[in-house]
Amino acid sequence: MSIFDIVGPIMVGPSSSHTAGAVKIGYLSKKLMGEKIKSAEIYLHGSFRTTGKGHGTDRAIVAGLLGMKPDDIRIPDSFELAAQEGMTFKFEGINLRNAHPNSVKLILKGVSGRELEILASSLGGSRIKICQIDGLEANFSGDYPTLVVHNLDQPGHVTEVTSMLSHKSVNIATMQLYRNHRGGDAVMVLECDQEISPESILWLEHLEGIRKVTYLSLEEAP
Amino acid sequence: MSFTSLKEIVSLSKSSGKPFWEIAMEEEMRDNQITREIALEKMRNLLEAMKAADKNYDEKLKSPSQLVGGDGEKITQARLNKTIFCGDFMGQVMEKAIKMGESNACMKRIVAAPTAGSCGVIPAVLLSYQKEHQIDEAKMLQALFVTGGIGQVIAHRASISGAIGGCQAEIGSASAMAAGAMVYLADGDADAIVQSAALALKSLLGLVCDPVAGLVEIPCVKRNVIGAFNALASADMALAGICSQIPPDEVIDAMRSIGDVMHSTLKETGEGGVAGTPTGIRIAEALKQ
Repeated sequence: MSIFDIVGPIMVGPSSSHTAGAVKIGYLSKKLMGEKIKSAEIYLHGSFRTTGKGHGTDRAIVAGLLGMKPDDIRIPDSFELAAQEGMTFKFEGINLRNAHPNSVKLILKGVSGRELEILASSLGGSRIKICQIDGLEANFSGDYPTLVVHNLDQPGHVTEVTSMLSHKSVNIATMQLYRNHRGGDAVMVLECDQEISPESILWLEHLEGIRKVTYLSLEEAP
Repeated sequence: MSFTSLKEIVSLSKSSGKPFWEIAMEEEMRDNQITREIALEKMRNLLEAMKAADKNYDEKLKSPSQLVGGDGEKITQARLNKTIFCGDFMGQVMEKAIKMGESNACMKRIVAAPTAGSCGVIPAVLLSYQKEHQIDEAKMLQALFVTGGIGQVIAHRASISGAIGGCQAEIGSASAMAAGAMVYLADGDADAIVQSAALALKSLLGLVCDPVAGLVEIPCVKRNVIGAFNALASADMALAGICSQIPPDEVIDAMRSIGDVMHSTLKETGEGGVAGTPTGIRIAEALKQ
């Protein structure tokens, strides 16, 4: 645990879990989308739903979706900024099964028409967890460059991805595999020590049996 | 791996001749593979952010719930009218603690230290003291490393989260961290630093986390004042040579065990304590509409 997790972070109040964590969820979701968001359906669960308004959780999530970080002083004005940028959003309450009390489900549409569904939880402090991507299980914090690959549950795809990473000298920190049923939809989540190049992502996207590739880069967008 | 006991830091300080802050900072450098310059730079950013938050207080702001705002300014006025019992220095501390808590509730930028709800305690005592005694920047950064070292041990042995340990874990920890920093600023040694932390934490043991409507507003904002005052009193006691009869690490362990048995309605659920009073419930119901 870093000393700067104790003294810090610098954030916009009032709550590290309800505000800073919520911004982070929005921010990571936008990064995972990889492009500007056109519309967002935001479903608040548990304590996010009951005390989110007073904690600015709603404004925090929208701020994150616009690309703001937890210390951005424009967070309270995010609804107005979203209107200016042409991003539409709506809020609903939801009762998610087996979800952490501070959770949110996001259904996002990007400017190119790309769609992304995220379920994420704010765990306390400003730590967060992405729990689902497009309905399939996932489990990562956004602290590492993270590659999420949706593929058909067939032999060979894990090797394709890992050999590509090895070829590019990218070290895998953690790796998780999920599938809905044998031979069905599968997802692999790889947290890496190095960034993965856009060309490598593109190469993966074109492989047969790979349905969707989502990448979380920690580098700033140009 | 950060330190797991305050005793370790004190004995390392004694054997190496290095001050408490330096031992805490060097552990951070090792642990996160950063240089001395980067560690100091990061802390400088936090200090600057605390100062900016203090300076940017806006008395006209209200929190989204409309429950909080403008009270820090009332203390300023009372202080200027010389109508407060605590004297001008403590008046300034009180004013800063409330203002920071209010800024947090009003969605302004603050430094969580250790949490957003307890963000007023450390800046209230440190910034007020710096202004009064012209402490240089380098020493202020060192004092913040003292707060961090104490906080890390508390987080490791117990918790700094209200949801896990009650408000003793937030305001109590902030108060212990601030007390240690004040002892350091007054040139106390590592022993006195941890004694002050123990005295501060001991006095806030059992403090429940009972936010009305679950919001970081009532009673959180004003509890920052008690955390700050308690820190100063504890620092004074330690500097006068008073020791905690219960060793500091054992006090932290006691906090953990109290948190463990504390009923869940008193741990940030917004159900018990002042949140469960008829008025607390009425406010929560009104906000739901």
